[in-house]
Amino acid sequence: MSATLTPLRADFALIESWIVPGSKVLDLGCGDGTLLARLKRERGVSGYGVDIADANVLASLVNGINVIQSDLEAGLNTFNDKAFDTVILSHTLQAMRNTKPIMEEIARVGLEGVVSFPNFGYEKNRVQVAAGHMPVSEEMPYQWHDTPNVHLCTMADFDRFCTDLGMQVIDRRAFTDNREIVSGDPNLLGALAVYRFRKK
Amino acid sequence: MQTPSSNSVGAVTPQTMHFDQPLDFRSGARLDAYDLVYETYGTLNAARSNAVLVCHALNASHHVAGWYAAEPDNIGWWDNMIGPGKPLDTNRFFVIGVNNLGGCFGSTGPKSTNPKTGQPYGSDFPVVTVEDWVEAQARLADRLGIARFAAVMGGSLGAMQALQWPLSYPDRVGYALVVACAPRLSAQNIAFNEVARQAIVTDPDFHGGHYYRHNTLPRRGLRLARMIGHITYLSDDVMAERFGRELRDGHIKFGYDVDFQIESYLRYQGDKFSEYFDANTYLLITRALDYFDPAAGYGDSLAKALARAKASFLVVSFTTDWRFSPARSREIVRALLDNRADVSYAEIDAPHGHDEFLLEDARYHALVRAYYERVAKSIGAGA
Repeated sequence: MSATLTPLRADFALIESWIVPGSKVLDLGCGDGTLLARLKRERGVSGYGVDIADANVLASLVNGINVIQSDLEAGLNTFNDKAFDTVILSHTLQAMRNTKPIMEEIARVGLEGVVSFPNFGYEKNRVQVAAGHMPVSEEMPYQWHDTPNVHLCTMADFDRFCTDLGMQVIDRRAFTDNREIVSGDPNLLGALAVYRFRKK
Repeated sequence: MQTPSSNSVGAVTPQTMHFDQPLDFRSGARLDAYDLVYETYGTLNAARSNAVLVCHALNASHHVAGWYAAEPDNIGWWDNMIGPGKPLDTNRFFVIGVNNLGGCFGSTGPKSTNPKTGQPYGSDFPVVTVEDWVEAQARLADRLGIARFAAVMGGSLGAMQALQWPLSYPDRVGYALVVACAPRLSAQNIAFNEVARQAIVTDPDFHGGHYYRHNTLPRRGLRLARMIGHITYLSDDVMAERFGRELRDGHIKFGYDVDFQIESYLRYQGDKFSEYFDANTYLLITRALDYFDPAAGYGDSLAKALARAKASFLVVSFTTDWRFSPARSREIVRALLDNRADVSYAEIDAPHGHDEFLLEDARYHALVRAYYERVAKSIGAGA
């Protein structure tokens, strides 16, 4: 159950393809800094990672990125308006309490936002719920009683959320087992959703 | 914990550099000649690129690491941080500690003889600022053949010097490690300093700062100043844990001598300090703290003040530090972010308050170690 630690994450490759070379990137919940280090190396971006956990701050330093230890739940008040081309929130949104505020903060400090989250609408999740259980999957590898996830949603829910927040979805993709879903309903077939959006 | 005999730099010897080139202070005062006492650890490489300057805080000195052959118990104040294999690894870096001008551990200061009078300067010694210290340190670097420091590092007032360095000399610092710092003192910080100064200057033995002539020392004032300072270095939690309301003799005595252990501790700290520290130096250094304010010349914009810095920064704060709280470090971080500077920031959840920067906290030391790995790579001295 180490989906979040898979080194060759397909969503990272997608996010990388969205990043303009040499642009400014803020990676919220940067973990050990793998994604930002990759963007720095492959896209020549400048930017910062933000994380709350001591171990992640240390790992990010070791990975050679700039990291700011900070609690995302408290907002991004150390960052100016439109300071970044892209603000990334990868595999973190579902574990946050202040979902709406962080989306608004992403739109404030960045020209574009990129958010990825486990898609609750994924067929294997639906099957488990239909069978009477909370789903456990590679993207959500936790039992209901010890999950850090507090705000799970489907892609359909997130579409509506973006509309309600006045965000324009520029692109949305879905992945299962590190492979992009290219045909069929992503909300049914995708275990992981990746959105690219901007404030209208 | 601190085992100086294991990976220590070992026995060290302070050196003195004499300067004849006059130094003009921010105040307008001038010192025609002066000495700086310093120590070095490790070896300066052929490219002269691996030098790290470690700046001291209020009551410390050039004796940063190791011990003295004649005084094996006199261990450097940051010995847990600096040495072979330690976070600031002297196998890779050439580390310099300097006693700042105005100090009382050998560099020219109020205790030194004023050549114009043949008497100690006393209170005639000019008020020194952080900028003046940096200037003096830069001249020492010149004399040691160091055009550029790989890093400048300090905690508290030492961190203010580490912050000032890239402002005074943007091209002479690669990395600045700024620990438990504030971009300027708050009114509360200045208030504590003022109480400490008043304790000193109102001591009848102070004699207007010329107590040396009277063969006396304003011990009572200095003792009080240290007691006040010490309270601000510790967190409420750590005081509660270490002393609580514990009574020294097991019962209250309905008098004003020592009842509580905390009283005993503060008196002990004050007594010890008043024997080795110079009162004029204490006054001078607290003023340097008060006056430090890089934003003042930039319409109070710290971001504008830091715009000329080219260094990369590591800023570290401690959650229980109420003297220079994490919010103060975040002001620095924010100003650096506004400038898109290379900056990393760590906020360490640790119990000991301001003094934590001197302690051996595994998370803190791991961060500093990781950061010096980056510094080493930048000068081609990576692992």
